[in-house]
Amino acid sequence: MTTLLSTPSQTVGPFLSIGLTWERAEYVVPEGTPGSFWIRGRLLDGAGEPVPDGLIETWQADPYGNFGHSVPPVRPVGGGGSGFGGFGRAMTGPDGQYGLLTVKPGRVTDGAGGWQAPHLDVSVFARGLLHRVVLRIYFADEAEANSADPVLCSLPDDAARATLVARPNGDGGYILDIRLQGDRETVFFAV
Amino acid sequence: MSMSIPPAEAALPRFRRDPAGTHPPLLSPDYRSTRLRAPLKAPVDLPQRMTEVTGPVFGDGLVHADDADLTRGYAEEPAGQRIIVCGRLIDGDGRPIPRSLVEIWQANAAGRYRHDRDNWPAPLDPNFDGMGRTLTDDEGRYAFTTVKPGAYPWKNHHNAWRPAHIHFSLCGRSFTQRLVTQMYFPDDPLFGQDPIFNSVPQAARNRMIAAFSLTDTRPDWALAFNFDIVLRGSEATPFDPERS
Repeated sequence: MTTLLSTPSQTVGPFLSIGLTWERAEYVVPEGTPGSFWIRGRLLDGAGEPVPDGLIETWQADPYGNFGHSVPPVRPVGGGGSGFGGFGRAMTGPDGQYGLLTVKPGRVTDGAGGWQAPHLDVSVFARGLLHRVVLRIYFADEAEANSADPVLCSLPDDAARATLVARPNGDGGYILDIRLQGDRETVFFAV
Repeated sequence: MSMSIPPAEAALPRFRRDPAGTHPPLLSPDYRSTRLRAPLKAPVDLPQRMTEVTGPVFGDGLVHADDADLTRGYAEEPAGQRIIVCGRLIDGDGRPIPRSLVEIWQANAAGRYRHDRDNWPAPLDPNFDGMGRTLTDDEGRYAFTTVKPGAYPWKNHHNAWRPAHIHFSLCGRSFTQRLVTQMYFPDDPLFGQDPIFNSVPQAARNRMIAAFSLTDTRPDWALAFNFDIVLRGSEATPFDPERS
């Protein structure tokens, strides 16, 4: 079988918003969708400074644990269209803030007879990142599912797990800061 | 709520890891912006499960045919050398990746981006926004018409200039195949001093350089450059959640 070597990764650079902005791409679901909420947070560098030129890109199952890759295809970028795509994009603002309107994904099989806790897969792109970095977002109010999740269980300690668990913020939404470096550096994954 | 596994989700692929020497190290100090942004802890291995081996499917109507022609949409044509950039999106097994989103962005012919934070004294072009998008066809092919971007200075080090390049964003078939890269032009004299280009291990750098193509060059119209993009191929054993 032919084996071709992959094209190398490069940074998105500071002007990523020119190419990667889609109208309402931060709406994984349309406003007013039952059960929808905002996930917000800041993208921070190793000095604790906000990263104002980053992109947070998410991929998730629907509330029943199914993925939007099924037939018929749905419009995946932005929630203004029909159906549930499961794909979202949020540019960070001047204060490093991102925000995505979505719904909680259902549980997804773990490939070994069990289930994973509800989660989003997340790619972070920015100037200064020569390759995307990957994390997951979990939900603090899913404690029982989280305690059985094979990915969270594979992490060394609660402090590591806490970097991936979004906390309810009191208005129905969730908050999770992403720290690229430093004492509380987010756990990033090699996929 | 159903907890059964739909048949369509069985036997999904897993994707090979890229060998060492493919991608740049996140911490590449010569590129100054990596110093405070590159994570310093080793990444944790994430086995590929459903979320990692699926990805968005792009339906009809997402992009318009004109979105692949950066020289249209304004009163006049943009200034600069008109070019065609075309190629195939394939995986490491040589298979085309059809119906997949390709997004590009670039500076204008003078090396200036249409962006609030690009303020070096080169002219903006009122007829150029520098953004294009398309879906690959059934054979994984894509083509853009644009103008050759200019080089531009940046503040990384004294007298630093970025070689001419076009940013490419690829979604592939799955979350795992996601890639953002930059396409460069052949024989650029600025390669040697560019820490972003040189962050990639030497043996892999030429995979980012397009090739001039007389075959695809359109007579009396535009020069053509070929740029094939390779995303990770599949593991031999597919992922079958029902049998695991």
